[in-house]
Amino acid sequence: MEHTHTAAAEHEQHGHSDAAVKTIWKTFWILLGITVVEIALAFLHLETGFPSRLVLNAIFLGLTVVKAFFIVAEFMHLRHEIKNLILTILIPLMLFVWFIIAFLADGDSWKNMRKDLAPGNPKAPAAVEAPHAHH
Amino acid sequence: MDTAVTAKKKWWGGGYSPFNVSYGKLMMWYFLMSDAFTFGALLISYGTIRFMSTSWPDANDVFHAFPFMGHMNLPLVFVSLMTFILIMSSVTMVLAVHAGHTRDRNGVVKWLSWTIVGGAAFLACQAWEWTHLYHAGAWWGRNPFLNVDGTVASTNFTNFFFTITGFHGLHVTSGVVLNIVILANVLKGTYEQRGHYEMVEKVGLYWHFVDLVWVFVFTCFYLL
Repeated sequence: MEHTHTAAAEHEQHGHSDAAVKTIWKTFWILLGITVVEIALAFLHLETGFPSRLVLNAIFLGLTVVKAFFIVAEFMHLRHEIKNLILTILIPLMLFVWFIIAFLADGDSWKNMRKDLAPGNPKAPAAVEAPHAHH
Repeated sequence: MDTAVTAKKKWWGGGYSPFNVSYGKLMMWYFLMSDAFTFGALLISYGTIRFMSTSWPDANDVFHAFPFMGHMNLPLVFVSLMTFILIMSSVTMVLAVHAGHTRDRNGVVKWLSWTIVGGAAFLACQAWEWTHLYHAGAWWGRNPFLNVDGTVASTNFTNFFFTITGFHGLHVTSGVVLNIVILANVLKGTYEQRGHYEMVEKVGLYWHFVDLVWVFVFTCFYLL
Protein backbone atom coordinates (compact mmCIF):
# COMPACT_ATOMS: atom_id res chain seq x y z
CA MET A 1 0.00 0.00 0.00
CA GLU A 2 2.86 2.39 0.67
CA HIS A 3 3.31 5.00 -1.89
CA THR A 4 6.53 5.13 -3.83
CA HIS A 5 7.60 7.96 -6.02
CA THR A 6 8.48 6.72 -9.43
CA ALA A 7 11.32 8.31 -11.34
CA ALA A 8 8.87 9.76 -13.83
CA ALA A 9 6.75 11.37 -11.13
CA GLU A 10 9.84 12.84 -9.48
CA HIS A 11 11.01 14.23 -12.75
CA GLU A 12 7.64 15.79 -13.34
CA GLN A 13 7.58 17.36 -9.89
CA HIS A 14 11.03 18.84 -10.37
CA GLY A 15 9.94 20.25 -13.67
CA HIS A 16 6.84 21.88 -12.17
CA SER A 17 8.62 23.00 -9.03
CA ASP A 18 8.70 26.71 -9.72
CA ALA A 19 5.13 26.75 -10.96
CA ALA A 20 3.97 24.98 -7.77
CA VAL A 21 5.71 27.50 -5.51
CA LYS A 22 4.23 30.33 -7.58
CA THR A 23 0.72 28.90 -7.12
CA ILE A 24 1.28 28.62 -3.34
CA TRP A 25 2.22 32.30 -3.04
CA LYS A 26 -0.58 33.34 -5.38
CA THR A 27 -3.05 31.50 -3.14
CA PHE A 28 -1.54 33.22 -0.10
CA TRP A 29 -2.05 36.67 -1.64
CA ILE A 30 -5.62 35.82 -2.59
CA LEU A 31 -6.41 34.68 0.98
CA LEU A 32 -4.71 37.71 2.49
CA GLY A 33 -6.43 40.05 0.03
CA ILE A 34 -9.87 38.64 0.82
CA THR A 35 -9.23 38.97 4.57
CA VAL A 36 -8.10 42.60 4.13
CA VAL A 37 -11.25 43.35 2.10
CA GLU A 38 -13.41 41.77 4.85
CA ILE A 39 -11.78 43.88 7.55
CA ALA A 40 -11.96 47.03 5.41
CA LEU A 41 -15.69 46.45 4.85
CA ALA A 42 -16.20 45.87 8.59
CA PHE A 43 -14.51 49.21 9.36
CA LEU A 44 -16.43 50.96 6.59
CA HIS A 45 -19.64 49.71 8.19
CA LEU A 46 -18.49 50.82 11.66
CA GLU A 47 -17.67 54.33 10.44
CA THR A 48 -20.43 55.01 7.97
CA GLY A 49 -23.10 52.38 8.47
CA PHE A 50 -22.69 51.41 4.81
CA PRO A 51 -23.16 48.71 3.53
CA SER A 52 -26.18 47.65 5.56
CA ARG A 53 -25.80 44.77 8.01
CA LEU A 54 -27.71 42.36 5.75
CA VAL A 55 -25.63 43.12 2.64
CA LEU A 56 -22.44 43.05 4.69
CA ASN A 57 -23.22 39.62 6.16
CA ALA A 58 -24.02 38.24 2.72
CA ILE A 59 -20.68 39.53 1.43
CA PHE A 60 -18.84 38.05 4.45
CA LEU A 61 -20.43 34.62 3.94
CA GLY A 62 -19.66 34.66 0.22
CA LEU A 63 -16.02 35.63 0.80
CA THR A 64 -15.70 32.93 3.50
CA VAL A 65 -16.77 30.29 1.00
CA VAL A 66 -14.25 31.65 -1.52
CA LYS A 67 -11.47 31.45 1.08
CA ALA A 68 -12.51 27.91 2.03
CA PHE A 69 -12.41 26.95 -1.66
CA PHE A 70 -8.83 28.19 -2.08
CA ILE A 71 -7.59 26.47 1.10
CA VAL A 72 -9.15 23.13 0.19
CA ALA A 73 -8.41 23.30 -3.55
CA GLU A 74 -4.84 24.58 -3.46
CA PHE A 75 -3.34 24.10 0.01
CA MET A 76 -5.01 20.73 0.57
CA HIS A 77 -4.44 19.95 -3.08
CA LEU A 78 -7.96 18.57 -3.61
CA ARG A 79 -8.35 20.30 -6.97
CA HIS A 80 -5.47 18.24 -8.34
CA GLU A 81 -6.77 14.88 -7.09
CA ILE A 82 -8.86 12.57 -9.25
CA LYS A 83 -12.61 12.98 -9.45
CA ASN A 84 -13.33 9.87 -7.32
CA LEU A 85 -11.55 11.40 -4.33
CA ILE A 86 -13.06 14.86 -4.81
CA LEU A 87 -16.58 13.43 -4.91
CA THR A 88 -16.15 11.10 -1.93
CA ILE A 89 -15.20 14.15 0.16
CA LEU A 90 -17.60 16.76 -1.20
CA ILE A 91 -20.84 14.80 -1.57
CA PRO A 92 -21.23 14.00 2.17
CA LEU A 93 -20.46 17.65 3.00
CA MET A 94 -23.48 18.70 0.93
CA LEU A 95 -25.58 17.66 3.95
CA PHE A 96 -24.50 20.99 5.43
CA VAL A 97 -26.72 22.85 2.98
CA TRP A 98 -29.79 21.30 4.55
CA PHE A 99 -28.44 21.45 8.12
CA ILE A 100 -27.92 25.20 7.84
CA ILE A 101 -31.33 25.90 6.29
CA ALA A 102 -33.21 23.63 8.72
CA PHE A 103 -31.52 24.66 11.96
CA LEU A 104 -31.45 28.40 11.31
CA ALA A 105 -35.11 28.32 10.29
CA ASP A 106 -35.81 26.42 13.50
CA GLY A 107 -34.01 29.08 15.55
CA ASP A 108 -35.94 31.82 13.80
CA SER A 109 -39.29 30.16 14.40
CA TRP A 110 -38.35 29.66 18.07
CA LYS A 111 -37.65 33.39 18.35
CA ASN A 112 -41.00 34.27 16.79
CA MET A 113 -42.82 31.95 19.16
CA ARG A 114 -41.04 33.46 22.16
CA LYS A 115 -41.98 36.95 20.97
CA ASP A 116 -45.60 35.92 20.55
CA LEU A 117 -45.73 34.37 24.01
CA ALA A 118 -43.85 37.21 25.75
CA PRO A 119 -45.81 38.91 28.59
CA GLY A 120 -48.52 41.09 27.12
CA ASN A 121 -48.57 39.20 23.82
CA PRO A 122 -50.65 38.71 21.87
CA LYS A 123 -52.84 41.67 22.74
CA ALA A 124 -54.97 41.26 19.67
CA PRO A 125 -55.06 38.46 17.14
CA ALA A 126 -53.60 40.89 14.57
CA ALA A 127 -50.47 41.32 16.72
CA VAL A 128 -49.36 37.84 15.81
CA GLU A 129 -49.23 38.81 12.16
CA ALA A 130 -47.38 42.11 12.56
CA PRO A 131 -43.64 41.58 13.00
CA HIS A 132 -42.98 44.85 14.83
CA ALA A 133 -46.03 44.79 17.06
CA HIS A 134 -44.23 44.31 20.38
CA HIS A 135 -40.85 43.53 21.79
CA MET B 1 -0.45 11.30 -8.00
CA ASP B 2 2.16 8.73 -8.85
CA THR B 3 0.51 6.91 -11.66
CA ALA B 4 -0.26 8.65 -14.88
CA VAL B 5 -3.99 9.26 -15.16
CA THR B 6 -5.41 8.17 -18.47
CA ALA B 7 -9.00 8.40 -19.51
CA LYS B 8 -9.28 4.66 -20.06
CA LYS B 9 -8.00 3.58 -16.67
CA LYS B 10 -10.53 1.37 -14.84
CA TRP B 11 -10.40 2.92 -11.37
CA TRP B 12 -12.68 0.34 -9.79
CA GLY B 13 -11.03 -2.67 -11.49
CA GLY B 14 -8.88 -3.48 -8.47
CA GLY B 15 -5.13 -3.58 -8.06
CA TYR B 16 -4.70 0.02 -6.95
CA SER B 17 -6.47 2.69 -4.94
CA PRO B 18 -9.55 3.91 -6.83
CA PHE B 19 -8.83 7.30 -5.28
CA ASN B 20 -5.23 7.37 -6.51
CA VAL B 21 -3.92 8.15 -3.01
CA SER B 22 -2.41 5.95 -0.32
CA TYR B 23 -4.56 4.44 2.42
CA GLY B 24 -3.13 6.81 5.03
CA LYS B 25 -3.94 9.95 3.05
CA LEU B 26 -7.45 8.76 2.24
CA MET B 27 -8.13 8.03 5.92
CA MET B 28 -6.82 11.49 6.84
CA TRP B 29 -9.37 12.95 4.40
CA TYR B 30 -12.18 10.92 5.97
CA PHE B 31 -11.08 11.90 9.46
CA LEU B 32 -11.09 15.56 8.43
CA MET B 33 -14.55 15.13 6.92
CA SER B 34 -15.87 13.79 10.24
CA ASP B 35 -14.11 16.60 12.07
CA ALA B 36 -15.75 19.06 9.68
CA PHE B 37 -19.13 17.70 10.80
CA THR B 38 -18.15 18.18 14.46
CA PHE B 39 -17.18 21.80 13.89
CA GLY B 40 -20.19 22.24 11.63
CA ALA B 41 -22.49 20.97 14.36
CA LEU B 42 -20.97 23.40 16.88
CA LEU B 43 -21.18 26.38 14.53
CA ILE B 44 -24.71 25.56 13.36
CA SER B 45 -25.93 25.22 16.94
CA TYR B 46 -24.34 28.62 17.62
CA GLY B 47 -26.21 29.98 14.60
CA THR B 48 -29.47 28.44 15.77
CA ILE B 49 -29.18 30.03 19.22
CA ARG B 50 -28.26 33.35 17.63
CA PHE B 51 -31.29 33.20 15.36
CA MET B 52 -33.59 32.48 18.32
CA SER B 53 -32.21 35.38 20.35
CA THR B 54 -33.98 38.72 20.08
CA SER B 55 -30.62 40.50 20.44
CA TRP B 56 -26.93 39.60 20.67
CA PRO B 57 -23.69 41.34 21.78
CA ASP B 58 -21.79 43.28 19.12
CA ALA B 59 -18.44 41.63 18.33
CA ASN B 60 -16.85 45.05 17.75
CA ASP B 61 -17.63 46.03 21.34
CA VAL B 62 -16.34 42.77 22.79
CA PHE B 63 -13.16 42.18 20.80
CA HIS B 64 -11.49 45.58 20.68
CA ALA B 65 -8.32 45.20 22.74
CA PHE B 66 -4.72 44.77 21.61
CA PRO B 67 -1.71 43.83 23.81
CA PHE B 68 0.21 46.82 25.24
CA MET B 69 -2.30 49.27 23.78
CA GLY B 70 -4.12 49.88 27.04
CA HIS B 71 -7.71 50.97 26.56
CA MET B 72 -7.44 52.00 22.93
CA ASN B 73 -10.49 50.95 20.96
CA LEU B 74 -9.15 48.69 18.20
CA PRO B 75 -11.97 46.44 17.00
CA LEU B 76 -10.94 43.48 14.84
CA VAL B 77 -7.25 44.38 14.78
CA PHE B 78 -5.98 41.65 17.09
CA VAL B 79 -8.05 38.89 15.49
CA SER B 80 -6.83 40.04 12.08
CA LEU B 81 -3.29 39.50 13.30
CA MET B 82 -4.26 35.99 14.49
CA THR B 83 -5.82 35.25 11.09
CA PHE B 84 -2.71 36.47 9.31
CA ILE B 85 -0.48 34.27 11.50
CA LEU B 86 -2.57 31.20 10.74
CA ILE B 87 -2.71 31.83 6.97
CA MET B 88 1.04 32.39 6.98
CA SER B 89 1.66 29.13 8.86
CA SER B 90 -0.53 27.36 6.29
CA VAL B 91 1.71 28.72 3.53
CA THR B 92 4.89 27.54 5.28
CA MET B 93 3.23 24.12 5.66
CA VAL B 94 2.52 23.81 1.91
CA LEU B 95 6.10 24.86 1.25
CA ALA B 96 7.26 22.07 3.62
CA VAL B 97 5.07 19.57 1.73
CA HIS B 98 6.46 20.87 -1.55
CA ALA B 99 10.05 20.51 -0.26
CA GLY B 100 9.14 16.93 0.69
CA HIS B 101 8.03 16.22 -2.89
CA THR B 102 11.43 17.23 -4.18
CA ARG B 103 13.15 15.25 -1.37
CA ASP B 104 14.71 18.45 -0.07
CA ARG B 105 15.26 17.55 3.57
CA ASN B 106 16.68 20.91 4.66
CA GLY B 107 13.73 22.65 3.04
CA VAL B 108 11.28 20.45 4.97
CA VAL B 109 13.10 21.19 8.24
CA LYS B 110 13.09 24.94 7.56
CA TRP B 111 9.44 25.29 6.54
CA LEU B 112 8.12 22.83 9.13
CA SER B 113 9.97 24.76 11.85
CA TRP B 114 8.34 28.02 10.69
CA THR B 115 4.96 26.28 10.74
CA ILE B 116 5.53 25.26 14.36
CA VAL B 117 6.54 28.84 15.20
CA GLY B 118 3.36 30.12 13.54
CA GLY B 119 1.17 27.64 15.40
CA ALA B 120 2.78 28.56 18.71
CA ALA B 121 2.35 32.27 17.95
CA PHE B 122 -1.35 31.73 17.19
CA LEU B 123 -1.82 29.84 20.47
CA ALA B 124 -0.01 32.61 22.36
CA CYS B 125 -2.40 35.16 20.81
CA GLN B 126 -5.39 33.07 21.77
CA ALA B 127 -4.09 32.66 25.32
CA TRP B 128 -3.74 36.44 25.56
CA GLU B 129 -7.26 37.00 24.21
CA TRP B 130 -8.82 34.49 26.58
CA THR B 131 -6.95 35.99 29.56
CA HIS B 132 -8.07 39.48 28.56
CA LEU B 133 -11.71 38.39 28.25
CA TYR B 134 -11.49 36.47 31.53
CA HIS B 135 -10.33 39.61 33.32
CA ALA B 136 -13.15 41.54 31.68
CA GLY B 137 -15.51 39.14 33.48
CA ALA B 138 -16.28 36.73 30.62
CA TRP B 139 -16.11 32.96 31.03
CA TRP B 140 -18.35 29.94 30.59
CA GLY B 141 -21.53 30.87 32.49
CA ARG B 142 -20.57 34.54 32.86
CA ASN B 143 -21.23 37.27 30.31
CA PRO B 144 -20.51 40.91 31.17
CA PHE B 145 -21.29 42.21 27.64
CA LEU B 146 -24.62 43.84 26.83
CA ASN B 147 -26.71 43.09 23.77
CA VAL B 148 -26.68 45.54 20.86
CA ASP B 149 -30.10 46.84 21.96
CA GLY B 150 -28.79 47.55 25.49
CA THR B 151 -30.53 44.65 27.22
CA VAL B 152 -28.69 42.17 29.45
CA ALA B 153 -27.35 39.30 27.35
CA SER B 154 -27.62 35.62 28.24
CA THR B 155 -24.49 33.53 28.73
CA ASN B 156 -25.02 31.88 25.33
CA PHE B 157 -22.58 34.29 23.73
CA THR B 158 -19.64 33.49 26.01
CA ASN B 159 -20.48 29.78 26.27
CA PHE B 160 -20.36 29.36 22.49
CA PHE B 161 -17.34 31.60 22.09
CA PHE B 162 -15.18 29.77 24.61
CA THR B 163 -16.37 26.31 23.58
CA ILE B 164 -15.81 26.76 19.84
CA THR B 165 -12.58 28.80 19.94
CA GLY B 166 -11.38 26.43 22.68
CA PHE B 167 -12.12 23.37 20.55
CA HIS B 168 -10.34 25.01 17.64
CA GLY B 169 -7.39 25.92 19.90
CA LEU B 170 -7.22 22.28 20.99
CA HIS B 171 -6.91 21.32 17.32
CA VAL B 172 -4.13 23.88 16.83
CA THR B 173 -2.37 22.46 19.89
CA SER B 174 -2.52 18.88 18.63
CA GLY B 175 -1.43 20.14 15.19
CA VAL B 176 1.65 21.78 16.70
CA VAL B 177 2.43 18.55 18.63
CA LEU B 178 2.06 16.48 15.42
CA ASN B 179 4.30 18.92 13.53
CA ILE B 180 6.96 18.61 16.24
CA VAL B 181 6.80 14.79 16.08
CA ILE B 182 7.14 14.88 12.28
CA LEU B 183 10.00 17.38 12.48
CA ALA B 184 11.81 15.04 14.90
CA ASN B 185 11.35 12.20 12.40
CA VAL B 186 12.63 14.33 9.54
CA LEU B 187 15.71 15.24 11.58
CA LYS B 188 16.23 11.57 12.48
CA GLY B 189 16.11 10.69 8.78
CA THR B 190 13.07 8.38 9.06
CA TYR B 191 11.47 9.63 5.84
CA GLU B 192 14.79 9.72 3.98
CA GLN B 193 15.08 6.00 4.72
CA ARG B 194 11.46 5.38 3.79
CA GLY B 195 12.10 7.06 0.46
CA HIS B 196 9.28 9.63 0.63
CA TYR B 197 7.92 12.42 2.80
CA GLU B 198 4.25 11.49 2.60
CA MET B 199 3.84 11.82 6.37
CA VAL B 200 4.50 15.55 5.98
CA GLU B 201 1.59 15.68 3.51
CA LYS B 202 -0.79 13.91 5.90
CA VAL B 203 0.03 16.21 8.80
CA GLY B 204 -0.12 19.09 6.31
CA LEU B 205 -3.71 18.17 5.45
CA TYR B 206 -4.59 18.32 9.13
CA TRP B 207 -2.85 21.67 9.53
CA HIS B 208 -4.70 23.22 6.56
CA PHE B 209 -7.96 21.92 7.98
CA VAL B 210 -7.25 23.81 11.21
CA ASP B 211 -6.74 26.94 9.10
CA LEU B 212 -9.95 26.19 7.21
CA VAL B 213 -11.95 25.94 10.43
CA TRP B 214 -10.48 29.25 11.59
CA VAL B 215 -11.81 30.93 8.43
CA PHE B 216 -15.33 29.94 9.52
CA VAL B 217 -14.79 30.73 13.22
CA PHE B 218 -13.43 34.16 12.26
CA THR B 219 -16.48 34.91 10.12
CA CYS B 220 -19.05 33.57 12.60
CA PHE B 221 -17.72 35.19 15.77
CA TYR B 222 -15.89 38.31 14.68
CA LEU B 223 -17.48 39.49 11.43
CA LEU B 224 -21.17 38.51 11.51
